[in-house]
Amino acid sequence: MIKAILIFNNHGKPRLSKFYEHYTEDTEQQIIRETFHLVSKRDENVCNFLEGGMLIGGSDNKLIYRHYATLYFVFCVDSSESELGILDLIQVFVETLDKCFENVCELDLIFHVDKVHNILAEMVMGGMVLETNMNEIITQVDAQNKMEKSEAGIAGAPARAVSAVKNMNLPEMPKNINIGDISIKVPNLPSFK
Amino acid sequence: MPAPIRLRELIRTIRTARTQAEEREMIQKECAAIRSSFREEDNTYRCRNVAKLLYMHMLGYPAHFGQLECLKLIASQKFTDKRIGYLGAMLLLDERQDVHLLMTNCIKNDLNHSTQYVQGLALCTLGCMGSSEMCRDLAGEVEKLLKTSNSYLRKKAALCAVHVIRKVPELMEMFLPATKNLLSEKNHGVLHTSVVLLTEMCERSPDMLTHFRKLVPQLVRILKNLIMSGYSPEHDVSGISDPFLQVRILRLLRILGKSDDDSSEAMNDILAQVATNTETSKNVGNAILYETVLTIMDIKSESGLRVLAINILGRFLLNNDKNIRYVALTSLLKTVQTDHNAVQRHRSTIVDCLKDLDVSIKRRAMELSFALVNGNNIRGMMKELLYFLDSCDPDFKADCASGVFLAAEKYAPSKRWHIDTIMRVLTTAGSYVRDDSVPNLIQLITNSVEMHAYTVQRLYKALLDDISQQPLVQVASWCIGEYGDLLVSGQCEEEEPIQVTEDEVLDVLEGLLVSNLSAPVTRGYSLTAIMKLSTRFSSVNRIKKVVSIYGSSIDVELQQRAVEYNALFKKYDHMRPALLERMPIMEKTATNGPTEIVQTNGETESSALDSKHPPSITQPTNQANDLLDLLGGNDVPVIQTALPTKPASAGGELLDLLGDLSLSGGPTPAPAPSVPISQTPFLLDGLSSQPLFNDTAAGIPPMTAYNKNGLKIEFTFERSNPNPNISVITIHASNSTEADMTDFVFQAAVPKTFQLQLLSPSSNIVPALNQGSVTQVIRVLNPQKQQLRMRIKLTYTLKGAPVQDLAEVNNFPPQSWQ
Repeated sequence: MIKAILIFNNHGKPRLSKFYEHYTEDTEQQIIRETFHLVSKRDENVCNFLEGGMLIGGSDNKLIYRHYATLYFVFCVDSSESELGILDLIQVFVETLDKCFENVCELDLIFHVDKVHNILAEMVMGGMVLETNMNEIITQVDAQNKMEKSEAGIAGAPARAVSAVKNMNLPEMPKNINIGDISIKVPNLPSFK
Repeated sequence: MPAPIRLRELIRTIRTARTQAEEREMIQKECAAIRSSFREEDNTYRCRNVAKLLYMHMLGYPAHFGQLECLKLIASQKFTDKRIGYLGAMLLLDERQDVHLLMTNCIKNDLNHSTQYVQGLALCTLGCMGSSEMCRDLAGEVEKLLKTSNSYLRKKAALCAVHVIRKVPELMEMFLPATKNLLSEKNHGVLHTSVVLLTEMCERSPDMLTHFRKLVPQLVRILKNLIMSGYSPEHDVSGISDPFLQVRILRLLRILGKSDDDSSEAMNDILAQVATNTETSKNVGNAILYETVLTIMDIKSESGLRVLAINILGRFLLNNDKNIRYVALTSLLKTVQTDHNAVQRHRSTIVDCLKDLDVSIKRRAMELSFALVNGNNIRGMMKELLYFLDSCDPDFKADCASGVFLAAEKYAPSKRWHIDTIMRVLTTAGSYVRDDSVPNLIQLITNSVEMHAYTVQRLYKALLDDISQQPLVQVASWCIGEYGDLLVSGQCEEEEPIQVTEDEVLDVLEGLLVSNLSAPVTRGYSLTAIMKLSTRFSSVNRIKKVVSIYGSSIDVELQQRAVEYNALFKKYDHMRPALLERMPIMEKTATNGPTEIVQTNGETESSALDSKHPPSITQPTNQANDLLDLLGGNDVPVIQTALPTKPASAGGELLDLLGDLSLSGGPTPAPAPSVPISQTPFLLDGLSSQPLFNDTAAGIPPMTAYNKNGLKIEFTFERSNPNPNISVITIHASNSTEADMTDFVFQAAVPKTFQLQLLSPSSNIVPALNQGSVTQVIRVLNPQKQQLRMRIKLTYTLKGAPVQDLAEVNNFPPQSWQ
């Protein structure tokens, strides 16, 4: 089982932290700091496996990490996972991010944390590997993003009065609102009931 | 109120903060804004606010006030809201908060939603943080989704089921019917998660394991297809088709094949195929090979396959990639117990890994090297390990030193080699050795009588070089104190004897006393050593001076010692030679070495003032302490079972005749009513266990364990048939004096590797003039088949005077414990 997935940069700032076991908020931050400490000390040409720090379960748990440019991707796993397999999983994860974000860099991860979480949720669920096929993951994520976009997403703001109407949860909506040159097509209602 | 800022802008603002304090300020301001927005129950911006809250949570700031908002988002109809809401729930909530139960209804509705993505979200959240109550309520829904034809949902439902099983193991049977056609799926995602589900079920319940064994052929077929199928672009990772699935299936096969011959046989071919066909140039190939090797080692594979597996591991060791080497060393460590010889072949490679730069590899190689040490290669291996000890990091030194000691103890080819090795360890890693190595070494030295001169000479030379390593200094000063005369007389045979005068020796020891590097314990050792030399050296005046100086030392321990030694010189000078003579050879009682030696040191000093007994008394008092230690540790006191009483005497005779092989058939006298213990347990024991005893009973001769002052104790033996590790000893105590021995209590203690059970005795009174005997049954469990030794303690009252005695019983016939 995967206990935690952490992404942080060369200075220890967390870019993504997902824990599959419960820890208090303080402990979580301490774990991030401790892991950064352990991982940053490593030389470039040593093996990618480390014993876990004390907070995350000591020698039963291993830290499997990969260093890409300015980011460390660390998976904390217990003994039931294959170490070499997890290394490959990290590679698949990064390649998926690359496909989704077009040449992903640290800034992408910074500004789109929620999207990264969504991609990760398609790959690992409850500490176990869900899907490893990159194309499959991307298809699903794209479909969900499209659904979100059609609702204007979290960044959408009622810039015009019109969109305020669109966002109201009215049980009945006209199929076609044509105002000026903006044509807003309301998507299938049944799927939202 | 102005619209709350977007997440992106918040992130941008926070990044402009230059100090931690600035960042905290910004975040607090934003938190306040978010809180007021929540209070206004604003539906439109709630998801944006929660998203910002989650970002701040990741940075480490408290975000618990958003928990309820997450719930509201989940309940909303919009997909965006639900998405953020569920994400927030996974990050902020857990089963310790009461709030999470409110989610149950939402999740239930969403599990039946018409959009698969919403269903997916609900499954995901349930699978990540569902508590046992939630799982119980929603397991039915999950099971329904497990049977759906939508592969996207099916794979999520499978993993959710795993989580449910982990939280509520009783629900495992519920998912059993759904697993029937999981493996016939084409979709690799579903296959993968189904294998995970099956693995989890097999690990948790042996019934499931046997049930799923029939799936082995199907799994083998799937694996075969994966290997044989050419290039399939959608599952390909660096040239191998779906390695993740291959690895998972191999792991499941491992669990299914463990200790089951049929399944293992069915797997042999496919394992061999995978092992030979997989490309090893990339990490993926190696991952599959690694998993294959682990599977081969765990199931009942044929020996050819096992050799193949170990060879693969050997090849891994030569690989340039550090990860592969690490993984190989770890697996070799697991297999070294079972396939020792095969691993020995790779010994030289493993020893080379000791010199690797990588810390993790070095540690694994060190552990493996210790596991590989045996009588044949001890000399070579020890050389390498000592070299490693010289150059390794301090973290390793302690473990390495203990490992070296253990290996040396087990396989030392000669005493001299053993002492040399230990001295080498002490000089190189002296400050990292364990505390009990000092007494162990001292005990070893006293036992090798012929090496005394050599040892003390070497230790003296080591002291001249360096007095900073405390364990070495302690051992050295102890030895010089004991064998100083050998040192001065220059009698060493093994080495070139050195010429040392008494004054030089005393200089060194006094130097230890005053040096800043010496710990208080070390100072105590050297003061005692100086004192002991007063009987071995002729320059007593100097010693007297030193001892009297320290009579006013600030250190209380030193002061006490010095004062007592002073007294030895003045008032008790007649006792001094006897007190300070050579130590007797100390016995090692299983793992009790340390307690013995500490007490002998104490004995020599405290007995100076109070006892008039010669030092030989230290031996029995040691034994007493040991006996008590062993008794305390083993919990061995006489077991008094309270059972319904029965009239004693007549029954007693019957028991004597029926229950054991007693030789003295005399009737137990009238004092029987005073027997506090009933005979019933004995009767049951005797009769019920009789049929179990084999004829081997007749083969083991009885022995006399103790015969003193008219009390004679004989042991007779039986071996219990169902469990060959148990020996049943019956003691017969008889009394040849003229008076009865009353309040007779027999106690026994055995070394720690044994377990002892004393059943209740037949009576507490041993009648006089051999008129009868007291019998008691002892059961000894000897799982390690070690030589049986026992210490016994006897207490009784003879003619009104209490008598207590200790004895050791060593002469057990070999058939009784082998």
